[in-house]
Amino acid sequence: MRHLRQLEDQSVYILREAYKHFDNLGMLWSMGKDSTVLLWLARKAFFGHVPFPLLHVDTSYKIPAMIEYRDRLAREWRLNLVVGQNKKALAEGMNHERGRVECCTALKTNGLKILLEEKGYTGIILGVRADEESTRAKERYFSPRDKNNDWDFRDQPPELWDQFKTSFPPNTHIRIHPLLDWTEINIWEYIKLENIPFMDLYLDKGNGTRYRSLGCAPCTFPIKSTASTVDEIIEELRATNVAERAGRAQDEGRGMEVLRKDGYM
Amino acid sequence: MDTCKAETAATVDIRDRMNIVIVGSVDHGKSTLLGRLYADTGTLPEGKVEKIQAICKQQGKEFEYAFLFDAFLEEQQQGVTIDTARTFFQWAGRQYIIIDAPGHKEFLKNMISGAARAEAALLLIDALEGVKDQSKRHGLLLSMLGVKQVTVVVNKMDLVDYSQETFALIEKEYRAFLSQLDVTPQFVIPASAKRGDNIATPSPQMAWHTGPTVLESLAQFSSESEQAEQPLRFPLQDVYKFDARRILTGRIASGRLKVGDQVIFSPSNKSAVVQTLEAFNIEPPPTQAQAGQSVGITLDEQIFVERGEIVSHESSLPLVSTTFRANLFWLGRRPLDMDKSYLVRLATHEVECRVAAIHRIVDADNLSLDQHQTNTVVKRNEVADVTIQTKAPLAFDLYSDFETTGRFVLVDDYDVSGGGIITEMVADREETLRIEARQRDFAWVTGDVTLADRAKHYGHRAALVLLIGPDTTGKTFLAKKVESTLVAEGRHVYMLDPENLRRGLDADLQEGDAREMIRRYGEVARLLIDTGVLLISTTNSFRLPADQTVEAIRTLVHPAPVLTVYMSQETTPSPIEADLSFTGPEDFTSTAHAVLTALKEKGIIAETIGNQPVFQFSI
Repeated sequence: MRHLRQLEDQSVYILREAYKHFDNLGMLWSMGKDSTVLLWLARKAFFGHVPFPLLHVDTSYKIPAMIEYRDRLAREWRLNLVVGQNKKALAEGMNHERGRVECCTALKTNGLKILLEEKGYTGIILGVRADEESTRAKERYFSPRDKNNDWDFRDQPPELWDQFKTSFPPNTHIRIHPLLDWTEINIWEYIKLENIPFMDLYLDKGNGTRYRSLGCAPCTFPIKSTASTVDEIIEELRATNVAERAGRAQDEGRGMEVLRKDGYM
Repeated sequence: MDTCKAETAATVDIRDRMNIVIVGSVDHGKSTLLGRLYADTGTLPEGKVEKIQAICKQQGKEFEYAFLFDAFLEEQQQGVTIDTARTFFQWAGRQYIIIDAPGHKEFLKNMISGAARAEAALLLIDALEGVKDQSKRHGLLLSMLGVKQVTVVVNKMDLVDYSQETFALIEKEYRAFLSQLDVTPQFVIPASAKRGDNIATPSPQMAWHTGPTVLESLAQFSSESEQAEQPLRFPLQDVYKFDARRILTGRIASGRLKVGDQVIFSPSNKSAVVQTLEAFNIEPPPTQAQAGQSVGITLDEQIFVERGEIVSHESSLPLVSTTFRANLFWLGRRPLDMDKSYLVRLATHEVECRVAAIHRIVDADNLSLDQHQTNTVVKRNEVADVTIQTKAPLAFDLYSDFETTGRFVLVDDYDVSGGGIITEMVADREETLRIEARQRDFAWVTGDVTLADRAKHYGHRAALVLLIGPDTTGKTFLAKKVESTLVAEGRHVYMLDPENLRRGLDADLQEGDAREMIRRYGEVARLLIDTGVLLISTTNSFRLPADQTVEAIRTLVHPAPVLTVYMSQETTPSPIEADLSFTGPEDFTSTAHAVLTALKEKGIIAETIGNQPVFQFSI
């Protein structure tokens, strides 16, 4: 448990730094386990309040239960929910059959870009973790993005101790990653420790499958698993050697490096 | 990297966690060591090795363990790590984040970012190449970054036929180097990452090595922090007022904090008692906290304190000065320049600064050599011994006493461009007055009415407006004008002319006792400010250079705001950086209004009577 409190202390510190330094701050919430833990940590950091909007980039292809869960928590926790969507791309019929990377770029990366432009956010908090995928392993806690949302991973700013990059030129923004040091198991251990409400899509409900990672319905596949409680998930994860995002189609090949360089989460 | 777990660790509960960095010169095999460690402990995801092997085959190159973690296409193509990767590893009940830092000189800032997150380090030296410049530079930086636990791995032993003699020579040379930095390596391990010798299993080729393998050595790093046993240092991060509670937040850097503790805020010298520790979803609420924890506290009285202050107990206060000496490493694109101003960030305090002196550039190769140098710049990737002077007093510690409050970064424009550790406090001119002010403030007896109450009632904060400049430039005239204008608005303002002290309070002093006159004036001003009044004053009587006068007064009335106004006949530049400057004004009404506007902008007086003043910090 001590290791979870250490992770929590660090994430809370980062969230408070973000809140102190960015006037126009938002937090991405995809309703998945990671960004929901992040939301919970914000309530920890700000003593039950969430003093910035929660942003959801809606691709329209999300699993319906996720939207119900989103609206319920937004009501119960009195969240300021902002939903963004790339309506133009959807009107033109964008979907995953046109190519997964193309679809993710249009509906997620560009969907986010549109939302950022519209609202002028200068700081965006995201729940990405270093252990998910190898380009995320190289992220900073405070990671600058240029005017085109591009990530210059060849020249990242130094990050010394707890001194983060909190000032930036006009027309650029900073991505803030409070969960970088958390592993998938830590997320579930923390959900258990704090009793955080999560989507039951993560649990097996009798048919021998569950989701390990949640995304758009067409590109996210359940895994074979009989884990029906958080304890069983933790147990299962401790024994597995299969990558968490194995069920996420856009990760194939160099998909994530290409996507993330251009501003994917 | 991908999520995975060592089978051997599957059933073991995690007891603690630790960040470890792998450093060393380029091509000494850091990424290979990391890949090997994961492969030999069964910690890689299913099919990962096979996948990389297939890519290598396709590209016609030999498989290397390094490819497992060099994620970027460019890194794989060039066979060099560009940026630090966090990789996750669990062994014997401890969760590790192993940080693979680039060894190439060009990516030193990335190496430093990686090492700054670590509690312990594996430092690699190539057995064939021996100790390189970069091996020493990394050793030096580790000690500056606060990584005190170091294990040295002499890698590529297969290339020197596992020679014990070669190993012994490298060990001797590097131990001697580290001892100059006061670092004793926990172990020095001969290994071959490529062949797997002494990585996860003992090497039959090197039976002469009686120490641990690299894997075994990890468990020997201690994750127990001694910081909780040190005196309290709690840098204030922010003040929240989301509901009825006014919560002061921050992360405890060292020591312990309890409900009921009398605490001091530095450099403002305010004090209060901790009333509660606030927490979300923790029942019952905690009554104490210690180093490492991000906490929120409420106080027994509503004092004005802001981000940047360091909370401590009175028995062990941080140092306060405008000047300190430090060892600094510079990472900026532009060299560190004595003619430029920078922001220093120490814990949560941010203040403008300049480099007052560059004593020497530290040569990693020749640490002890105290050569005479005259440098005016510090170039990228250089380490230097410097004196830094801040614009306002800063609370800090020596790095040898406290880690978090003994180190700082310098910000150039938008970028963190350097970091350093404080080696010495330099007493500035105001040291004596500052000590006097601190002692006096700690013992200050107050009534039930706080400064905040008075500010609310009067519609302005207590503050001091100082008029400076040559004689006969209309300072007294302006002072009278400002006083009468504000009093007419219903504010509580008083013109304190130093002349009025000369024949009374200062009657025992001679003309030459200028410093003592200022001290007495400062103490009188301090008393009046405590009544909530806005003071306005000229400074000619002191007959000292303006900068000395202003600094001495500022120190004594600290932390009350001081607004400086420079008046001159012709356009001579102000001897200090004044908040406002006027040249030979004729229209004193508009000049007085300019002063009023500045007071409003600074949040000293509220827009209209009855409104609460707009303070520049959250209340």
